[in-house]
Amino acid sequence: MSWLWRGFRPILESVLAGLIGLGAGALIMRAWGYHPWSAYVVLFKESFGSGYGLASALANATPLILTALTFAIGARAGLFIIGAEGMMYMGAMGAVALSLFKLPAGIHALLALLCAAAAGILWGLIPALLRAYRGVHEVISTIMFNWLSHFLAFYLVANVLVDPVRAEKTLSVAKTSRLPLLMRGTDLSLGIVVAGFFALLLYVFLWHTVIGYEARAAGANPHAARYGGVSPQKTVLLVFALGGAVAGLAGAVEVMGRPPTYAVYSGLTNIAGFGFDGIGVAMIGRIHPLGIIPAAVFYGGLQAGARLMQMEAGVPFEMVRAVQGAIVLALALPELTRILKVFGRRLKVRREQA
Amino acid sequence: MNWAYFWSLFSISLHAMVPITLTAVGEVIGESAGLFNIGLEGILLLSAFTGTLGARAGGPILGLLVGLATGFGVGVIFGLICAYWKGSQMIAGVGINLFALGFVAFGLQVLGSPGFYTVPRAVQLPPIRTSVGAFSPLIPVALLLPFLIHFLLNRTRLGLRIKAVGENPEAADVAGVPVELTQLCSTAAGAALAGLAGAYMSVSWLGSVTKEISAGRGFIALATVVFSGLRPLLALAGGLIFGFFESLATWIQSLPGVKEVVPWQFISMIPYVATLLVVAGVIGRVRFPKALGVPYRRE
Repeated sequence: MSWLWRGFRPILESVLAGLIGLGAGALIMRAWGYHPWSAYVVLFKESFGSGYGLASALANATPLILTALTFAIGARAGLFIIGAEGMMYMGAMGAVALSLFKLPAGIHALLALLCAAAAGILWGLIPALLRAYRGVHEVISTIMFNWLSHFLAFYLVANVLVDPVRAEKTLSVAKTSRLPLLMRGTDLSLGIVVAGFFALLLYVFLWHTVIGYEARAAGANPHAARYGGVSPQKTVLLVFALGGAVAGLAGAVEVMGRPPTYAVYSGLTNIAGFGFDGIGVAMIGRIHPLGIIPAAVFYGGLQAGARLMQMEAGVPFEMVRAVQGAIVLALALPELTRILKVFGRRLKVRREQA
Repeated sequence: MNWAYFWSLFSISLHAMVPITLTAVGEVIGESAGLFNIGLEGILLLSAFTGTLGARAGGPILGLLVGLATGFGVGVIFGLICAYWKGSQMIAGVGINLFALGFVAFGLQVLGSPGFYTVPRAVQLPPIRTSVGAFSPLIPVALLLPFLIHFLLNRTRLGLRIKAVGENPEAADVAGVPVELTQLCSTAAGAALAGLAGAYMSVSWLGSVTKEISAGRGFIALATVVFSGLRPLLALAGGLIFGFFESLATWIQSLPGVKEVVPWQFISMIPYVATLLVVAGVIGRVRFPKALGVPYRRE
């Protein structure tokens, strides 16, 4: 039975943390005079209660799966890469930039994805080198690169890739370079297949290849791994490259598979935040490439429902990110289930005494 | 170009130095006790927002106090999770940052303006007016506090205990120092200073709150702590350096004729590039407490 418990405990912990997060969200809404119950009813009905809602949840999950993978693969190798946000901007720019060229359909999309992945890798290169050879903590370097990416993307959107007709956005991705929609009338594109494929790929890499095993060993015990002949520098560079590639793809699928505009707006309003949300998704998915998929669908659903919650119940949709923060805080507790058991026992004792 | 241009650079530098110095010096206390808080960015953001609410309700002083209390409260939660429940400091810090991003965006929307709120001038902290310009009253506070904390950490029994807990919690425990309590109080005190820094930004310095008001300063403060090697006086020096680079970006953009040559986006990158260069340059020469980032469990 213990193997069953070992498998289920992380899931149980994530569900408990999710409930704690939703509870915190309810408290915030109460404090600001909203009705949490009716807001949540709208949220969940709109996100998981219909085919359209589910398609929106999956569409929102698409970039989140990819940015969560960046964090997860880093965390498994002992690196705290919070740079998916900046890598993702560069990926989106790369994907849009390829639409400056005319190419046959299919090949065009494939090259755009490659270009985005390359842009993501490139954006992780300096933090990776600084970490590997200078020991600069990746938390500081990747955050600084997020800001550099933010300003560079602002510049590119306004000056280089700008739509000559509509100055508030970049060029739209060429028709030959778009990812086909899977469901008519929704935002769900082939991107979800790309994201799922990379989740599977990174799972196989981490658990069924020698270098993946070495990367996890470096994360679990760096000294032992080095003693066993694993080069820490090589691991850092490899993990940053893989993380940068998937984060770049996150930017690409968001612009290549998101109707109606297929472009990046000035102020990056339609691509900002996915990198940071991906960190939370990775935590909820217990930094496991396959666990990330349901976690991303859950959070993507929250986002989809929250837009409608804002319309119907008036609660600003940003609330769901606060919920996500509270979930992550709860997940920081190493033995959430054990703590809850202890609380339960205390309550029981008190009730028996009364 | 006349001397007034350079004087304005100096004045902006002093104002930009305050949040980084306060946050960094606070984090020096927390890290001395062994807790590494990457949620500083979120604390700055949260308290910039709550400070505004406080100022609206009861004036600038209340605003600063509410910011301080917000930081303290978040620090207590962080300390409970990490010192008492042995949670992951990294994950808890990320949780704080994500929560702040969502909560402040939500709160600004509720205040009636998506993403932006201007603090009414009447409830902003009035600057000290001198013959050479107006300065925030928190500038002298940020200049003096590092000396006070230097004294606290190096010359008092309490400071010795804090450092003992960070360096060797087993030995401190055996000597009768309450490890968890010391860690909780240190990190909460540090977070309270970050909270003051956040409220300073909205209530005194910038006079407005946005979703991006923290602008990476929490992480620049972490870089300052790395630069300082946990010495409060060097943290002040770091705060001055990074404050200077930040104001340099603002200042260059204000010079006539520059915008036409170099796009503003590239000038805005200066503080972040400077942070990377400084951190890459000093690393390896500083030494951190042995037990930094490792939860202490009694055997």
